[in-house]
Amino acid sequence: MIPAAFDYQAPTTLDDAVRILADAGEDAKVIAGGQSLLPVLRMRLAAPTVLIDLSRCAELRGVREDGGSLVIGAMTTHYDVQGDHLVREHAALLAMATDTVADPQVRHRGTFGGSLAHADPAGDLLAPALALDCEFVVAGMDGRRTVAANEFFVDYFTTAMAWNEILCEVRVPKYTGWLAHYEKFNRVAQAWSIVGVAAALRVDGSRIAEARVGLTNMASVPVRARGVEDALVGEEATPESIRAAAEHAAEGTSPTADGDGDAEYRTQLAKVLTGRAVTAAMTA
Amino acid sequence: MTSTAEPEVGRARLRKEDARLITGRTRWTDNMVLPGMLHMALLRSPMAHARITKIDTTAAREMPGVIAVVTGQDLAEEQGSLPCAWPITEDMKAPDAPAMAVEQVNFAGEAVAAVIARSKAEADDALESIDIDYDELPVVLDMAAAIADGADLVHENLGTNRCATWVYDSAEAGSGGAIDDAIAGAEVVVERTYRQQRLIPAFMEPRSMLVDPTGDQITMWSATQIPHILRWMTAAVTGVPESKIRVIAPDVGGGFGGKLQVTPEEIITFLMAKRLGKPVKYTESRSESLASAHHGRDQIQKLTLAADRDGTLRGLKVELLADMGAYLRLVSPGVPILGAFMFNAIYKMDAYKFVCTNVFTNKTPTDAYRGAGRPEATFGIERMMDELAAELSMDPMELRRKNWITHDEFPFTTVAGLTYDSGDYESATDKAMETFGYDALRAEQQERRDRNDAIQLGIGISTYTEMCGLAPSRVLGALRYAAGGWEHAAIRMLPTGKVELVTGTSPHGQGHETAWSQIVADQLGVPFEDVEVLHGDTQSSVRGMDSYGSRSLAVGGTAIVLAAQRVLAKARKVAAHMMECAEDDVDFTPGTFSVKGTDRGVALADVVVHAHVAHDLPDGVEATLDSDATFDPENFSFPHGTHLCAAEVDTETGRVRLRSYVCVDDVGKAVNPMIVEGQVHGGIAQGVAQALFEEAVHDESGTLTTGTLADYLVPSAADLPSFDTSRTETPATTNPLGVKGVGEAGTIASTPAVVNAIVDALRHRGVNDVEMPCTPMRVWSAIQAGGAR
Repeated sequence: MIPAAFDYQAPTTLDDAVRILADAGEDAKVIAGGQSLLPVLRMRLAAPTVLIDLSRCAELRGVREDGGSLVIGAMTTHYDVQGDHLVREHAALLAMATDTVADPQVRHRGTFGGSLAHADPAGDLLAPALALDCEFVVAGMDGRRTVAANEFFVDYFTTAMAWNEILCEVRVPKYTGWLAHYEKFNRVAQAWSIVGVAAALRVDGSRIAEARVGLTNMASVPVRARGVEDALVGEEATPESIRAAAEHAAEGTSPTADGDGDAEYRTQLAKVLTGRAVTAAMTA
Repeated sequence: MTSTAEPEVGRARLRKEDARLITGRTRWTDNMVLPGMLHMALLRSPMAHARITKIDTTAAREMPGVIAVVTGQDLAEEQGSLPCAWPITEDMKAPDAPAMAVEQVNFAGEAVAAVIARSKAEADDALESIDIDYDELPVVLDMAAAIADGADLVHENLGTNRCATWVYDSAEAGSGGAIDDAIAGAEVVVERTYRQQRLIPAFMEPRSMLVDPTGDQITMWSATQIPHILRWMTAAVTGVPESKIRVIAPDVGGGFGGKLQVTPEEIITFLMAKRLGKPVKYTESRSESLASAHHGRDQIQKLTLAADRDGTLRGLKVELLADMGAYLRLVSPGVPILGAFMFNAIYKMDAYKFVCTNVFTNKTPTDAYRGAGRPEATFGIERMMDELAAELSMDPMELRRKNWITHDEFPFTTVAGLTYDSGDYESATDKAMETFGYDALRAEQQERRDRNDAIQLGIGISTYTEMCGLAPSRVLGALRYAAGGWEHAAIRMLPTGKVELVTGTSPHGQGHETAWSQIVADQLGVPFEDVEVLHGDTQSSVRGMDSYGSRSLAVGGTAIVLAAQRVLAKARKVAAHMMECAEDDVDFTPGTFSVKGTDRGVALADVVVHAHVAHDLPDGVEATLDSDATFDPENFSFPHGTHLCAAEVDTETGRVRLRSYVCVDDVGKAVNPMIVEGQVHGGIAQGVAQALFEEAVHDESGTLTTGTLADYLVPSAADLPSFDTSRTETPATTNPLGVKGVGEAGTIASTPAVVNAIVDALRHRGVNDVEMPCTPMRVWSAIQAGGAR
């Protein structure tokens, strides 16, 4: 179908965008790459009065270094994140997870910030962002504030952002030299994850010194697999130690049930994929 | 126009139609714009079964740009009942099938109102203003429950959800013994129940139609496979004389049987254009398409296979339930019946019985989908052959070899009463086995089992045949099908030397323009480039039975040959006259006539001009060489082949990865081997999709929960292995080209090959079936339930 009629605004600065959003009220909607929003509009599942398109806000695009962090603009496309040398060097996990998002067409249109703000628990960027302790910088009429990853994701498709706030950038601490892998499990190449596991490891000598593990689609929000992390730290990465650590993968999760997997199956996947993600990271 | 050394038939030519199809710079129905054209949008029922208690269209009529809003009540007197051309039994129950629901909706997605507006957006907007109340009725979804005593009824006035029961019994037909005797006398009896899940054809171009009532004829452009049948049936449904209707199928983007239909949307658009006196266009959304265009498959198959301990087959009993959905569409009831002759497949046995009960449910109607009845049958028998082999501890290929019809036994009349004209199962199988590396894979399989590897390997076999080239009209008549199965071709020899071929087949992506040009070029000795293929317009293609059932080449291609022969017969008379010799003294080599034993000759091009200007024709010869012909086949054609699949099953996640896929198909003579290969690739992909990915799922209220392509998983190239395809060529003996048809073979063959491979990988773990689609969760759950280590 054709979406219901709406007013269209395409500001060129973030400040303008924030102001327009505030003026337009709660029935307005911010559009980034449109890869999730447009189907919703076309199926008339939503009918915003105003669509505020951020694609002309140049300040929201690109990746830069800021001391010990990378700053990724919310409107940076998946394609640009994938290929960015800073991301690949300092946050390889994000680059790897971005590689698995949908298909090339979507990655050229879809944006890093749009995907995170959409907060679909089956989206592939949430768990890496959580595992890497990213910080979300959101702008509103009162200025900017920073939200930690573990507070940003609130529920299915729900973030800590108020209706009148816009995600403008994501700060990623540098994980230079860490080993990483994103293990995605889905049914066809361009589909969402049934379960995904994001793993980043710092290895010191023969032992794992630090571990960050995040789970995709094991609850209404991304989940940090703390039990796995604790079990890995200090261990040599052997098949046995990895398997034993991966047994903790489903702790604290509350997986949903749908045609692709019931809770029992998703629990199994979380364990198996965690072992594989850690193993793959170690051999990367 | 000189003869070329290399024949066109057999050349892997690039397709001449592809440039325009791939770039989209062509006439797709939705691209077309007519002066004053209006747009239609349809309101569809969210309920699967309900009485319509109120429809208020007042507000919608007041919306900007709205020209008209109509309900089923408004159309009730004009819309008639959609046609079902295949009443399979005398006592078949057929519900009234209005294009737009009048008092009751019977599946979710059924049209209940239409808005016609100046723009598509305005039509969509106005839909939301239609106020409609439903009174819910109990929803009938499960076939077995639907035919139990006291079941809720889809159509109260029919008094039952049983549509019809159709039986083939080899003892009664005289084609074999009695099944009960065969089972009683057998040493081994294997019984299984399989589910053929419901599929959605998911053609690329959504259904689209534009009806122009300007002038004396009403012209309907439609993205259809069947312009000729659509014209006939539109006349029958609406009462408008057929002579006042012109149907055009312009370029059409895929069908897979899904556009072998006379749709409610076409009838509604036609009636609205006629009523308003303005062109009206309707193009469905993808979600509308998935919910309301007809679905395919959906059977429960109870199979009983009886054999001796040495593997010799004794008999097969097939008991089917086939889901018709809420209404009977064009050939719905006959689809499972096409499988009746295919369950016995390539095997010899003493007795065979097939009993199919068609059932109504509150779901989207089912109808033809690539293979139509034959994939279901092939799946059933090929799965059963593997189950029997396991029961007997025999190699599954050995069991097949032991029972198949050998090359020297053709022509062979089967236990289901068909006569297979030709086949060479040995050659196709030997070639496939060698390419596949069967023995090495078996050794690896054993090795993985021995070390209890997380990745287990399975080998799946499908030695299929199918019946296609639909169809001998006499057979169709005997099966109570309302139409014939012939095909028509006309050749126009233009005075400039160019040739127009008018075909009654209706391509929607197959490459007919290329293949038909190759045939004409060889027959007449004209350059490939000089042949123009015209199709799909009932005003130029005056007779035809359209494209479905892998019929276009075997039936329509043969009609081309016959028409070309008539052109040449007439040309020979004219040439003899021009060369002043007796007709018997004329030789024809492609492109040129000559006098036997001399160097005197005339080019066909000169004969064409001579016949066209008609200044000096022999007595009794009419002007022009134009000729036409109709071909009605004596028999079906029977492609066959051997498909082998190696699948890796990840026992920890249940994921199936196809490691290799080898097939050797025998489709007779290949007119264009590249097109054949393309059909096989696409066919396998669609069959693999049934095995692993696709399923139309309804929730308990009858709502389709796989209503978008994010939920209905059509695989892409990234999800499939590289297919190793090759051919043997055993010519069909029933047509002059020796061709059989290839449109459905890959789909028919591949589904059981994949599932057999999955089960083979896990049989030692106590698994003997995984329900389709074999999702990772289903495979993993089957391993858990199998329990064996």
